Amino acid sequence: MLLIECPWCGGRDETEFGYGGQAHLSYPDDPHELSDERWAEYLFMRDNPRGPFAERWVHSAGCRRWFNVLRDTATNEITASYPIDAREPVAR
Amino acid sequence: MSHDPRALPEQPSWLWRNPEPKRSYDVVIVGAGGHGLATAYYLARNHGITNVAVLERGWLAGGNMARNTTIIRSNYLLDESAALYDHALRLWETWPEELDYDFLFSQRGVLNLAHTMQDVRDSKRRAFSNQLNGVDAEWLTPDEVAKICPILNVSSEVRYPVLGATFQPRAGIAKHDHVAWALARKADAMGIDLIQGCEVTGFVTAPAGAGGTGTDGDRVVGVHTNRGTINAGRIGLAAAGRTSTLTEQLGIRLPVQSHPLQALVSELLEPIHPTVVMSNHVHVYVSQAHKGELVLGAGIDSYNSYAQRGSVPVIERQMAAAIELFPMFARAQVLRTWGGIVDVSPDASPIIGPTPVGNLFVNCGWGTGGFKATPAAGWTFAHTLATGQPHALNEPYGLDRFATGALIDEHGAAAVAH
Repeated sequence: MLLIECPWCGGRDETEFGYGGQAHLSYPDDPHELSDERWAEYLFMRDNPRGPFAERWVHSAGCRRWFNVLRDTATNEITASYPIDAREPVAR
Repeated sequence: MSHDPRALPEQPSWLWRNPEPKRSYDVVIVGAGGHGLATAYYLARNHGITNVAVLERGWLAGGNMARNTTIIRSNYLLDESAALYDHALRLWETWPEELDYDFLFSQRGVLNLAHTMQDVRDSKRRAFSNQLNGVDAEWLTPDEVAKICPILNVSSEVRYPVLGATFQPRAGIAKHDHVAWALARKADAMGIDLIQGCEVTGFVTAPAGAGGTGTDGDRVVGVHTNRGTINAGRIGLAAAGRTSTLTEQLGIRLPVQSHPLQALVSELLEPIHPTVVMSNHVHVYVSQAHKGELVLGAGIDSYNSYAQRGSVPVIERQMAAAIELFPMFARAQVLRTWGGIVDVSPDASPIIGPTPVGNLFVNCGWGTGGFKATPAAGWTFAHTLATGQPHALNEPYGLDRFATGALIDEHGAAAVAH
């Protein structure tokens, strides 16, 4: 069980949270300008690193707010938890 | 001299050699799991290509091939899926004799339960689709379900009563590690080098030349490993959750995410469970292995991970579901739980085909369903590696489908919850 730090509520069990995959993705400025390949890139391609990964979680059973977490996918160690509009911290 | 009863039994003969890697092969396959071994086997058997190495960073069949719930079925909704998975099932039916190895393939059938009206509609639609595709499947009422699996609780007095089920009689289970050993022995006997403890750390590339298959100007001509550089005419990746960590070194992004998939077994019990039961809605799969363990599985852990372990609440949920369906298992003890790392694709269907880099091919994205497809993955991937072109069965499964939009969307349609 992961212990996840909600920036607003503090550390809670993983079962209180929902997962949202890779963080720091933004909707294309002008989707109509994208080729099919670029659109596929936006829709389907995500980083899948073995190591530090910035990812989104939502505190479904708590404050229901989205936030970002920096977690190592090889060890599950969480090194940062930060608001959705903050810059990605540098992995230790 | 009389036999000393305290002496260890004689070492049985090895099923395959442990050769040193050669400098060069026609085909190098990365990953000696079920899919990699089946691909090597069919390269030799169907295409006469035996100058092949299968490179494995750990030990043979120690990844997801050792970490699945061994369920084999082909009752998929969509035409492309039914064709691929039923091809696999037909090959499973020939393998015990062809591979000359009794890996306890048992066609005891699979029940896919329906617990809601939507489940009932979806299940009937899937069964009818299966029938149109020549896949054995039928819709059963709760009474008929109880006849096939008397230990299943079909009472209407539970939170999610069994409203019926689809049944595929040809489905079943097999002993997964014996399948890998059977393939390894055959591939080895045909001259293929199975090289364990050999981790691919990078690729050797060259500018595109004549005969290349890629589109971005580069092609691979070999792999760097912890045991030296190995040249290869073509390279096939069959590395499941590790595939994208390999391709990212070449700048290829794949639409897969690596997740833990957990399962568990109980202590050994008397044979009591006659078939395989899967429930999409309460979400658990339960079968009983030949030795007597109950084998339970369910869905992935939600987060990306390479840790080959998952979170306890996922196990708790699937056990709760199992006890709802099988109250008599409430006192069974858990013997062991484990996790594999599965590569999940956006449409819950695999990716089998070329990549933008010449002479590099992938067989990945199988997610939670790769074991049952082992023979078809090997058949189609061997064809693709041998000819440079997909087989008719895997032509719809190329990487290009994510740009064209021709997805094979088995999410929620494939008789399991993804």
